[in-house]
Amino acid sequence: MGSEADTGIESPDGAANPIETDYEIGQDNIQTEIGPFGLDVHNPVFMISGLSIVAFVFLTLAFQESVGPMFNDLRGWLTSTFDWFFLSAANIFVILCLFLIVSPLGRVRLGGADATPDYSYSGWFAMLFAAGMGIGLMFYGVSEPISHFSSSIGGTAFGDDGMRTDWAPLGAAVGDADAAFDLGMAATIFHWGLHPWAIYATVALALALFSFNKGLPLTMRSVFYPIFGERVWGWTGHVIDILAVFATLFGLATSLGFGAEQANAGLDFLFGISVTDGSKVFLIIAITGVALISVLAGLDAGVKRLSEINMVLAALLLLFVVLVGPTMDIIKGFFTSLVAYVEYLPALSNPVGRADTNFSQGWTSFYWAWWISWSPFVGMFIARVSRGRTVREFITCVLIIPSLVCVFWMTAFGGTAVHMVSEGVTAIAEAGLPIKLFTMLEQLPMHAITSFLGIILVIVFFVTSSDSGSLVIDTITAGGKVDAPVPQRVFWCTFEGLVAIALLLGGGLGSLQAMAVSTGFPFAIVLLLACFSIIQGLRTEPAAVGPKSEATKADD
Amino acid sequence: MYQKMLVPVDLAHIDKMEKAIQTAIDLATHYKSELCFLAVGTNTPSSVAHSPKEFEQKLSDFAQETAGESGLKVSADAEIAHDLATDLSKILVRKADELGTDVIVMASHIPGIADHIFSSHGGYVASHADQSVFLVR
Repeated sequence: MGSEADTGIESPDGAANPIETDYEIGQDNIQTEIGPFGLDVHNPVFMISGLSIVAFVFLTLAFQESVGPMFNDLRGWLTSTFDWFFLSAANIFVILCLFLIVSPLGRVRLGGADATPDYSYSGWFAMLFAAGMGIGLMFYGVSEPISHFSSSIGGTAFGDDGMRTDWAPLGAAVGDADAAFDLGMAATIFHWGLHPWAIYATVALALALFSFNKGLPLTMRSVFYPIFGERVWGWTGHVIDILAVFATLFGLATSLGFGAEQANAGLDFLFGISVTDGSKVFLIIAITGVALISVLAGLDAGVKRLSEINMVLAALLLLFVVLVGPTMDIIKGFFTSLVAYVEYLPALSNPVGRADTNFSQGWTSFYWAWWISWSPFVGMFIARVSRGRTVREFITCVLIIPSLVCVFWMTAFGGTAVHMVSEGVTAIAEAGLPIKLFTMLEQLPMHAITSFLGIILVIVFFVTSSDSGSLVIDTITAGGKVDAPVPQRVFWCTFEGLVAIALLLGGGLGSLQAMAVSTGFPFAIVLLLACFSIIQGLRTEPAAVGPKSEATKADD
Repeated sequence: MYQKMLVPVDLAHIDKMEKAIQTAIDLATHYKSELCFLAVGTNTPSSVAHSPKEFEQKLSDFAQETAGESGLKVSADAEIAHDLATDLSKILVRKADELGTDVIVMASHIPGIADHIFSSHGGYVASHADQSVFLVR
């Protein structure tokens, strides 16, 4: 008879405090055959989200002309009416995470007191980073610092109604290049630093806690058990899960749109392949194809391996820019930007009474909504690979380290570009958003190689977002089952590509962003409730006792 | 002729495995070989178990229940996969070697059109394992 010694599981999971419920995972699932393929899906969630997405793709493609302006109005209305809400919500997530690092609750271990991590630090970190930021770093790494720098140095401007018409953050910095640089970097880091990672960390922690420690299925609804009780298995839960699917799908499609736009612009820049709808659609199809291969290969053989390749390529490009660019300025810039970030953080994150409405609504609210719409996807993915970490270790690694990497990335790329602009290279400032990265690389030696590497990176980031996203949506729509039949992943992976295509054709990036923002709004409310659940859940957990801790030794 | 027999089981679909398990017990009795039950689970909660620990317990209970009375030497081995849907077949082949088994008896469905695109687990094991494989359909 098998004793503990000859089983495949290396260590016991130790103390945890599971939630008692009569719900059986998969009890609402339908297992059926469609044609030759077996399916195992959560009935209402899969049906409603699947059918709405299919309908959405067809309607958007059918009414391409009229949907564009509608999406843009929607985005404008949401980000200007609810800017205070988005900004306050993000601040709450940051405060919650920082609190958990220092509080005794941080000692709780995900997966039970004696659980051991599934992945090494490098594999874990590569996956959470590739999923979390991805294409955005490529798209905005050069363009955002430049935009904020230029608008800051341009100073403030007022319209007839006394409202600010400039896009500068806070009070701008007219004519003062150093101050404008600091302000621009602080604003960029603000959008890529603690706040987005706090949003991810919150969602990921909630999912990991309620799944690994409480024994509930790995899906958004489980997080709300402390609030809604058994009702989470009914329509309350269905609505939460469907919202999560929509948010993920549109958040992903936005990124895929950015990726297609930038990869196409890069190819045009390098090889003269013209920027047309046709070539973007072709790119999305080709890249979705690679993502399909990756999801079919699975988490370890596909997603993890690609994420690691991705990290190596990104590190190479970063290293190149640091060494070939103004090295000392970048290193100095890293520290001055960090200081500037801390200095401007209270003013930038202030949710009410802002004079710089264009900046706080057009940039900050949009970003927060976008991060929030991404959060179920990134959060669930991070949760799935984070079993065995303590809460403190988890938040430090998901919040602090990626934030610092983002600061370094932004100072290297943005700092170099701003440096070039102030030395009189006007091409970068004049180039369109997707092309700014390549115009900057052109100023450095070996630009043919680095630009090509840049395009490859955009594409690999694109693939790593798309494949991990498919896994996540599949899990949510299978009622938390991570072992649902493979054809379902193929369905979601394909539809991510189709949604991206539909939105690109029906109004371009504007509609993509609008949909991301629109699904981010309801989901932000869901996340605020999740904060309460996390505290509730952690308080009922026994504190971690690692393999080396005294409590475990006493057992031996 | 056979020393150790590997019997992969799906704890979520025990009802579909009766025939395969009976075949395994009969064969093992005949050759007086050791029976080794293998189940692969996930580290997230599933319909079978809420944690890897519970999964392991369920498998060992199941092994005892099914073959405890046969008088054979019975062992149970639980393995946790990161991505069960894609890794299962590969894990079965790997475990067959690691556990030192010389024959695999497992349930498989009747091949259909879909098997040309997504190989069945049984089909994969039969084409990749070094051991003799008995697929029960």
